[in-house]
Amino acid sequence: MDAIQKNLLHEVAELDALPVGAYNIRTNGKSSARNTTANIDIESYEDKQGLKITIKPGTKKESLHIPVIISESGLKELVYNDFYIGEDCDVTIIAGCGISNCGGEDSRHDGVHSFYVGKNSRVRYIEKHYGEGTGAGKRLMNPETVAELSEGATMEMETSQIGGIDDTHRITRAKLDKNAALTIHDKILTNGHQNAIAEMRVDMNGDGGSCDIISRGVAKEDSYQEVVLAISGNAACKGHAECDSIIMDRGVILATPQLKATNVDASLIHEAAIGKIAGEQLMKLMTLGLSEKEAEDTIVQGFLR
Amino acid sequence: MLELQHINYAVADKEILKDVNLVIDDRFVAVTGPNGSGKSTLLKIVMGMIAPTSGKILLDGVDITNMPINERANLGVSFAFQQPVRFKGLRVKDLLELASGKNYSFNKACSILSEVGLCAKDYIFRELDDTLSGGEMKRIEIAMTAARGSKLSLFDEPEAGIDLWSFKSLIHIFENLYEKTAGSIVIISHQERILAIADKIIYLKDGRVEQYAPRDEVLTRLNVMSPGCAILDEKGEKAERAAKSVRPLKRKEG
Repeated sequence: MDAIQKNLLHEVAELDALPVGAYNIRTNGKSSARNTTANIDIESYEDKQGLKITIKPGTKKESLHIPVIISESGLKELVYNDFYIGEDCDVTIIAGCGISNCGGEDSRHDGVHSFYVGKNSRVRYIEKHYGEGTGAGKRLMNPETVAELSEGATMEMETSQIGGIDDTHRITRAKLDKNAALTIHDKILTNGHQNAIAEMRVDMNGDGGSCDIISRGVAKEDSYQEVVLAISGNAACKGHAECDSIIMDRGVILATPQLKATNVDASLIHEAAIGKIAGEQLMKLMTLGLSEKEAEDTIVQGFLR
Repeated sequence: MLELQHINYAVADKEILKDVNLVIDDRFVAVTGPNGSGKSTLLKIVMGMIAPTSGKILLDGVDITNMPINERANLGVSFAFQQPVRFKGLRVKDLLELASGKNYSFNKACSILSEVGLCAKDYIFRELDDTLSGGEMKRIEIAMTAARGSKLSLFDEPEAGIDLWSFKSLIHIFENLYEKTAGSIVIISHQERILAIADKIIYLKDGRVEQYAPRDEVLTRLNVMSPGCAILDEKGEKAERAAKSVRPLKRKEG
């Protein structure tokens, strides 16, 4: 692995060495390192690009890393990763995609991650997107995440894209059974002429289900962000969607929270706010000795923490 | 030493401050006066948050009139907001770290927060967002300004909105600041007990300095202007209360 690839791996998965537990590292379209454990099995599909991951029932405190890194300009791929998580598991899955494109051709990673989470299992899913490189070729990503949560299952998703990706359309769809709970914390920062569209759609189909989606975005310079947070409450359930954005320079943000209730006992709330950094916030940090630029960076960093 | 020379400030033909001239070289100066008299504007002009229409501001002889806020802060001016600012995502620890600079440590944060009646363990990782009450925000704001231990600490009505936290603790903070730092404290207050520990008091009215004199002189005049409760006065209780609350502040040795 060369220095560029090592840096990408660090940025998307905070890995400086091979991780403990199960992993599959995909480099420029091929699996470059893999480890399975007694409880987590990873198989490559033969008829398409991607992995079938099976986590045995009762697997606790184990982690799985599946980073994707692309350093070859012009590489385009579509990958399907399916996760079958048994009952009563407690696992952490760290995914992420880093693209370094110093060439003239567009590099693109499209991925579909499907999670089938067994009864009473808990999954923490972390996904980071990162791009770098000074070439004219764009860095593009269009990930789709599908999650089906069985009765009593919990999934916590932390997704982030902090700069470097020129064009992205991310789709997240989830279906929740009885007493299942989903939380999504999404963070995005765009600058330059980047475009980012995020759609998150959650259907709560069982009594006692709950979902909490918090999306925070910062659109700088001439970038464009669109976010749709849609929750359907089809049972006695609770849903909350919060979309909070900071707009800077000539950025454009379109935030659309959508709530749909088909059951009288569904309780759904949405909040959406777009605003610039308040002058008094800048002033407060300046009274602590920061320049205006430092104050702005500190506020954005905190907002996207 | 802070010197204000012929400071004027007007917004849309309305004069907020009129030819303010002050030399502040005492350790503890209180600014008082009716609502709308220009007290907050005066302190904001010193911090650089508002530019005066005309006039000059000197800090230790250096002209800071056109200096940005952060440069004044780095020269040793601090400011505690009357209405503390909230930040989504920034934590108490982040701002205390910025306020304390190189001197930050968990122990220091702990002692600063405990001075304002907050337990560091419960608050240090709390976000400065709307999950904190107005009173909690206010205490953190005061703690942050105290943590800087600056040459000149400006407090805009620190007593406003301090909820159930005892007023005595607030006075204790200023006593501590007075003892432990060599800096000056300028504080906007309507509270008799804060005015009673000041070395000097500035009385502003309609944008003008009506009086700038040692504490007792101004307090005497204020008592004459607003006699308060006639029955208490008759019993001499008011005088007794005021006398009790006056505790001379200890100076830092050297």
